Amino acid sequence: MAEALKVPTMAEYLAEGKKPEVLFWVGCAGSFDDRAKKITKAFVKLLHEAKVDFAVLGTEESCTGDPAKRAGNEFLFQMQAATNIEVLNGYEIKKVVTACPHCFNTIKNEYPSLGGNYEVMHHTQFLKSLLNEGRLKVEGGKFKGKSITFHDPCYLGRANNEYEAPRDLLRKLEVELVEMRKCKRNGLCCGAGGAQMFKEPEPGNKDVNIERTEQAMEVQPEIIAAGCPFCNTMMTDGVKNKHKENEIAVMDVAEMIANAHDL
Amino acid sequence: MQIVAQILFVLVLIAGIGFFVRNIRRLLRNIKLGREVDRSDNAGERFAKMAKIALGQSKMVRRPIAGILHIIVYLGFIIINIEVLEIMIDGVFGTHRVFAFMGGFYNFLIAFFEFFALLVFVGVVIFWIRRNWRHVYRFMGRELKGWPKDDANYILYFEMVLMALFLTMNAADYQLQLNGVAHYASEAGILGSFPVSGFISPLFDTLSNPTLIIIERTAWWLHIAGILFFLNYLYYSKHLHILLAFPNVYFSKLTPQGKFDNLESVQKEVALMMDPNADPFAAPAEGVEEGEPEKFGASDVFDLNQIQLLNSYTCTECGRCTAECPANLTGKKLSPRKIMMDTRDRLEEVGENINKNGQYEDDGKHLLDDYILREELWACTTCNACVEACPIGIDPLSIILDMRRYLVMEESAAPNELAMAMTNIENNGAPWPYNQMDRLNWAKENK
Repeated sequence: MAEALKVPTMAEYLAEGKKPEVLFWVGCAGSFDDRAKKITKAFVKLLHEAKVDFAVLGTEESCTGDPAKRAGNEFLFQMQAATNIEVLNGYEIKKVVTACPHCFNTIKNEYPSLGGNYEVMHHTQFLKSLLNEGRLKVEGGKFKGKSITFHDPCYLGRANNEYEAPRDLLRKLEVELVEMRKCKRNGLCCGAGGAQMFKEPEPGNKDVNIERTEQAMEVQPEIIAAGCPFCNTMMTDGVKNKHKENEIAVMDVAEMIANAHDL
Repeated sequence: MQIVAQILFVLVLIAGIGFFVRNIRRLLRNIKLGREVDRSDNAGERFAKMAKIALGQSKMVRRPIAGILHIIVYLGFIIINIEVLEIMIDGVFGTHRVFAFMGGFYNFLIAFFEFFALLVFVGVVIFWIRRNWRHVYRFMGRELKGWPKDDANYILYFEMVLMALFLTMNAADYQLQLNGVAHYASEAGILGSFPVSGFISPLFDTLSNPTLIIIERTAWWLHIAGILFFLNYLYYSKHLHILLAFPNVYFSKLTPQGKFDNLESVQKEVALMMDPNADPFAAPAEGVEEGEPEKFGASDVFDLNQIQLLNSYTCTECGRCTAECPANLTGKKLSPRKIMMDTRDRLEEVGENINKNGQYEDDGKHLLDDYILREELWACTTCNACVEACPIGIDPLSIILDMRRYLVMEESAAPNELAMAMTNIENNGAPWPYNQMDRLNWAKENK
């Protein structure tokens, strides 16, 4: 992959008088975090492969305000929301897809009463719809038969009741899906939510991500699949803490599909 | 003699119910100290949810052992209350087994009650063993030390005693009927069917009839007085859930768990800030009284809404929330159950204050700091595990969030790293200090 990815922006689309099928909301982690950027790129490659007409906001995108809201800073959240909604409505966005469950939850649930009404999808839901429409093919490839466990992101699972889309995709990869003791609606948080990602944990006897990594290790997976950039970071750190980084990989579902396609 | 007993019974009944009504009025008064919140929407959906979760106990069985035992005790409670109706009528009118005219069906009912009384007794004994001997994580929390633990055990002892009295009463009654004693025996034969207490009555067959009558009357009186006492114990106990679970589920949140409310007060301020025509220095319009600025978030029970306060009275301290809380499981101080218990304790303290002074007089205490510590609030990951775990629709997370709102918006007291993340969001649109103009750089990076 020598050449740069083609990532059109909304501004470019507008200049050409076009409207994309869907807006890809990249999110802060997806834009700036080195690990999460790989997920962003993998997802973009899949969008290209499925010939999805998409665009990003680029420099016009800003934090949804999720961490501010959950930390209690409703002012900052609503300021962020108002600015983002103005941009989104200005481009007459109808449909949004994002690889971050926090952005997904915020735009989907908390923007409507502030004037932002869009159809919002998590990237696993969107990929599944592409699959159902026959626009994307997902086959096992190198993951076939591998033991893989899926860590439910709180803001996709419990918060929005989506447990199956990521699992359906994994099943298409013909992996051996093993469930942790605590999964789906009982899934344990990775420890990053509620703005914990940006602060030190309170005193305790263990970090939450270590507890969750131990639960994952109980089922001896080769890969811990994730659907959230923050969970990804937390689980990756957990695996490193256990010195298992050579045996257990932490990958986003989108990365796995792109990888299976040798993209 | 009989008439004296009847009058005494009516007096006991009036006192028991009267005191209960007084307590319920206090409870409603205390709940109304909270902010109003409109949950009059979607009545149909709310009823369905209440039928499924409160009446149908659907979330209880997620923990099968405790869940099934609980359903037995719950059904026993409801079913045996039909018998309490007969007991009350007998008590007022001096009759004996007034429902016996139902004949065969009555025998079936009494037999059914007896089976349930036995099942409840056994269930409650198992609960007691679990709570006191088995090391169940959720029964070992620090917030359960002292009164909450005693309270839980008193309830269990109470139920054991009530069931034992019910069966003893029936056993003595059965023996009196067999002995053909006046008032008890009927020309129609034996009234009721006693598959459980039938095993106790042989113990009584050597006793004289007057002794039997004393046993029967004592058990009868203690049973009904015990029920009235228990009814009044509810208000001072975690056991209010037997009543409040129903409204609590009815009024619980219907929207996705991830959706947090958008503060309307903030919405107004933000709209004003974004409005290019708004004059920030404008004096209030002529004749408009400038009200006190609205308080953001919650530092005391008055700032919480009425549903949150109802939640606190409804909580029965089972700890299913705490057993799922990632912070609690990793040794942090946060326990969602404690959030609910603290809220109720503070509300009760305020209620007592009002009882004493006629209206609330500042006691210098608050829910924040005097009950709930900042350290607890900041340990929450907002993962909704507690909300999902609660079998009766309590939302500890909403209280945590409202208190965080107070800390951040009224006191600017966020932990330092968080304050920096928020400054970053404000300045450059991301929680990290990256330039917003670099947001698309990833697309240009090869690999």
